[in-house]
Amino acid sequence: MTLIECRDLTKKYGSHTALSNINIQICRGHIIGLLGPNGSGKTTLIKLITGLLSPSAGAVYVNEEPVGVKSKNLISYLPDHTYLDKHMRVRDVMDFFEDFYQDFDSMRAYDMLNKLDINPNHKLKTLSKGNQEKVQLILVMSRRASLYILDEPIAGVDPAARDYILNTILSNYDENASILISTHLISDIENILDEVIFIQNGAIHTHASVDDLRLKDHKSIDTIFREVFKC
Amino acid sequence: MPWNLDSDRPIFIQIIEKIQMDIISGLYRPGDKLPSVRELAQEASVNPNTMQKALSELERTGLVYSQRTSGRYITEDTTMIDNLKSQLAKELITEFLDNMHKLGIPQEETMSLINEIMKGDDTDDSDRM
Repeated sequence: MTLIECRDLTKKYGSHTALSNINIQICRGHIIGLLGPNGSGKTTLIKLITGLLSPSAGAVYVNEEPVGVKSKNLISYLPDHTYLDKHMRVRDVMDFFEDFYQDFDSMRAYDMLNKLDINPNHKLKTLSKGNQEKVQLILVMSRRASLYILDEPIAGVDPAARDYILNTILSNYDENASILISTHLISDIENILDEVIFIQNGAIHTHASVDDLRLKDHKSIDTIFREVFKC
Repeated sequence: MPWNLDSDRPIFIQIIEKIQMDIISGLYRPGDKLPSVRELAQEASVNPNTMQKALSELERTGLVYSQRTSGRYITEDTTMIDNLKSQLAKELITEFLDNMHKLGIPQEETMSLINEIMKGDDTDDSDRM
């Protein structure tokens, strides 16, 4: 049931070690929060799992195979920066995704656009920052993937739309898929998480079930995070 | 409308308490069918795995039982529900008495305060009528 496995994963940028000796396993059907302060290695870990970076040592396995062409088919990834051409209309980006990904469900995407009041005929550059983020999240969540990796998915989105998006994530994902979410907005998402991974200076600090942590410390994940990473 | 859940206590325990309360208060009647895990999870805005865990726990205590293909139902054992109700009532009263004790109010005074307030409520009602 293991979907992702990192074995002795290390990434160095020149002499700087961004990640050292990471060993984690992520199961199917779980929602996992990847939490850590700025520069702790969250995005580096995500880029290694998605195959956008190559490890300096160790390896990542997705579905028991090394990261590669096959794993890219299984992973739907929302990067922390946009890569879409902002001169495109929303409708054209939908077509683009439809062409690119076999598992893209455009019905689902248009339904979400409609619910969030986004006109498919508008060009991306005419949309607000928050609405551009919503379009990207809709694109990513409309694939029938095995693993969704969301890097800071709700940062620029208003609280009401945030609730809608979290509910969409909950109602759309199927039991065999997992979601890895990196965010600083812990209190907004902690009630939907199964597990958290705390990452600190390129190493795993904690990997545990959220309810186990709450039971042990009688505190919210947000509070635990603030204590662990107190400056 | 998402359920009112705190983040500093395990979510599955709070779900159990909420469903227990809904059974005791009669929102769910004995023998009623519970909505599916997915529906309940969406209503509560929690992860389906967490909801599943809470329901399994309720099943273990016997308050809820599952029928292989058709879903989960509330127990028809009304004695069990009544017991749960009086157990919960006792817990609430103990907690209340503890708090009164912390305020330094002796039990006799607490009792007379309760009587006073309950009488006060009566006069309020008659005033309104």
